[in-house]
Amino acid sequence: MDFIFKPFPWYVSGVLIGAVMLLLIYMGKNFGMSSNLRTLCSVMGGGKYAGFFRFDWKTQRWNLMVVAGAMIGGYITVHFLSDGSGVNINPDTIEQLARLNIDAPEGKLLPDAIFGMENAWTPKGLLILLGGGFLVGFGARYAGGCTSGHAISGISNLQLPSLIAVIGFFIGGLIMSHYILPLIF
Amino acid sequence: MKYIKFLLVGIFFGIVLTKSEAVSWYRIYEMFFFQSFHMYGIIMVAIGTGIIGIQFFKRRKIKNTDGETISIPDKEKGITRYLAGGILFGLGWALAGACPGPMYILFGAGFWSMGLVILGALAGTFVYGLLQKRLPH
Repeated sequence: MDFIFKPFPWYVSGVLIGAVMLLLIYMGKNFGMSSNLRTLCSVMGGGKYAGFFRFDWKTQRWNLMVVAGAMIGGYITVHFLSDGSGVNINPDTIEQLARLNIDAPEGKLLPDAIFGMENAWTPKGLLILLGGGFLVGFGARYAGGCTSGHAISGISNLQLPSLIAVIGFFIGGLIMSHYILPLIF
Repeated sequence: MKYIKFLLVGIFFGIVLTKSEAVSWYRIYEMFFFQSFHMYGIIMVAIGTGIIGIQFFKRRKIKNTDGETISIPDKEKGITRYLAGGILFGLGWALAGACPGPMYILFGAGFWSMGLVILGALAGTFVYGLLQKRLPH
């Protein structure tokens, strides 16, 4: 049972993520995490400001349940199913991060330099967290999907628009990590 | 009660994504520097699994749990919205190191600063909703 406390290898993870998508399709739904953001805007009364949020959000309750479950799953894994060994990334990556003053994993999932509370509540921290979130939320709706909806679901269904979106994800990601992150740190 | 199965799928998804380390900012950073095969392996195997499964559903005309034959609507044709939206998404993905699934998963796991990322994402979604009609798609 030791494997349950270790990170899953990529080939196991890939099959299981694919299985989640297939399971949701089999249940008559679809695999898309970012559409919940639109649903939540609608729940909070966004319909007063834009037609985009005027839809029957109750039809999306199932997806909010998936989100609630995902949060529980994250809690269970971090608190009960981890051996605390942390993310085993490439030593070159760690060295590169050190030059940006970003701390090494050493048993953590996220760097304290960005997600530690003392760093989150600084102008730089807020810019990264709120700004990063804003781009993800805006971009996902503009593109009509995120990693789950386009990269996994769309490409699995051989959709050219999803491939274009994923190429966009990588263009944006490469620009950010290679050219903009070094300016911020 | 009919929602319990979705809660269970969500729990499974949360466990798998955390176990896969795809929720880790470090893994996303490493991916964008091509310093590990890990994330590419996950994405490619997930897509491979998905292609096989969807082809199976379609060719065997499998019915879903509602009793309807499974059919997945095609994405609308277009380039601008997918490329422009995709690039903006990618900028945020590499900055916050989290796409929407991991945001929720990590927040649930107790990484409270992820709440700021979720707030940002809600704001981004809201602003998109306001500007939708004026943006080229």
